[in-house]
Amino acid sequence: MEATVVKTGTEGKTWGGGNQPLKASYGKMMMWFFIVSDALTFSGFLASYGFSRFKFVDAWPIADEVFTHFPFLHGVEAPMYYVAFMTFILIFSSVTMVLAVDAGHKMKQNKVILYLFLTIIGGLIFLGSQAWEWATFIKGDYGAIETKGGQIIQFLDKEGERVAIRDFAAINDGDRIPQTRENGLWFAEDTEYLPTVSFEQVKAGFLANDNLLVRLQHKDEHGHHIILSREESIAKVVNDGQLVVEGANLRHNEYGHPLFANFFFFITGFHGFHVATGVLINIIIFFNVILGTYERRNNYEMVEKVGLYWHFVDLVWVFVFTFFYLV
Amino acid sequence: MAHEHKLAIFRGAVKFKSNVSKIWGVFAFLSIVTIVEVALGIIRPEFLIDTRFLALKLLNWIFIILTIVKAYYITWDFMHMRDETSGLRRAVIWTSIFLIAYLVVLVLIEGDYIFEVYKSGFIKFDF
Repeated sequence: MEATVVKTGTEGKTWGGGNQPLKASYGKMMMWFFIVSDALTFSGFLASYGFSRFKFVDAWPIADEVFTHFPFLHGVEAPMYYVAFMTFILIFSSVTMVLAVDAGHKMKQNKVILYLFLTIIGGLIFLGSQAWEWATFIKGDYGAIETKGGQIIQFLDKEGERVAIRDFAAINDGDRIPQTRENGLWFAEDTEYLPTVSFEQVKAGFLANDNLLVRLQHKDEHGHHIILSREESIAKVVNDGQLVVEGANLRHNEYGHPLFANFFFFITGFHGFHVATGVLINIIIFFNVILGTYERRNNYEMVEKVGLYWHFVDLVWVFVFTFFYLV
Repeated sequence: MAHEHKLAIFRGAVKFKSNVSKIWGVFAFLSIVTIVEVALGIIRPEFLIDTRFLALKLLNWIFIILTIVKAYYITWDFMHMRDETSGLRRAVIWTSIFLIAYLVVLVLIEGDYIFEVYKSGFIKFDF
């Protein structure tokens, strides 16, 4: 082999090869450039969220009205607190990760094990919290009516408090008969989306109860939802109402525009997927550290590279938190 | 970078004795910023909502600026960008900042335009 090596006479010069101008290893640099491309992906999603929000800026649901629950506190209005908790969990797991990287630089195997373990626990708590957040959002709480134009109308009493549709819907006006192929049109399937009460029941209950008003998604100039008078409310429900919506899914969203739910599921889901893979990679690295792989390799740079990814996941959450829950 | 860290943050105003104490210091700072954000998000002060700057509520500007501050300290101190060479730092940061700012500005202007179309046109809700 040596015989074929040709000296170029440029050794040691800038373009002579063998230089590392960025003073970073290949793996770390590639992790950085992967992070750049992933950051562009996420900003594409968040920008399209902003686009849709600006399109419907006078009717977009505000997170304060949507995410008002806290585990084990039923019926307590607690906007923001739960996501704030999730944010702290993720920032704290970032701290334990960077402590693990620091312990790795000092070649302290046991400390790396401890901090990586805490990081994994933090990641798992975050994932569990997000699952709970999703479940609450999908389940919904008050329910609403969707109009023929695709808008959401919600119900209030005269004091301005929200009223759940299941509390006033007239339940006992006949059982619902499911559509089957045998009786009726052979090509018509039964509806996929089946709330607990039907639109007719909600309409009957609404007409019977003089105390109920309708609130629109559209806002006045002060940012408050427009509340209709009793007469306008009746006209709205009778003329425009079409469908009962409970909770949120990809087609209907009782809190407002369905796009809000779509973006929420997509962006927090994609972020949650990143957290899940981050936890998985952390677990692999964790076992490598226990087995002494990096001790034998005599450097812990792999912990640092995985740490970069983990911090990036935290970084993305900082932005998701701002644009979904604060702004 | 490997074993040496720059231990000063806030442009040298605060200097830590070791990397570990710097990590905890940055964590304390990030926590304070997050608490401020959450407090503002719950209180939503009237004058910050009613005052607008460049078509955006003042409160939202505060949130966005605080977010960028948080992102800066996560990148610089947790991801050790502070210790990297300026070449790597610029390759990563400038590329992202330019592309993201470009996309966001274009897309938000377009969204606002479509909002105006809805408001003054015949189309009711969906397209």
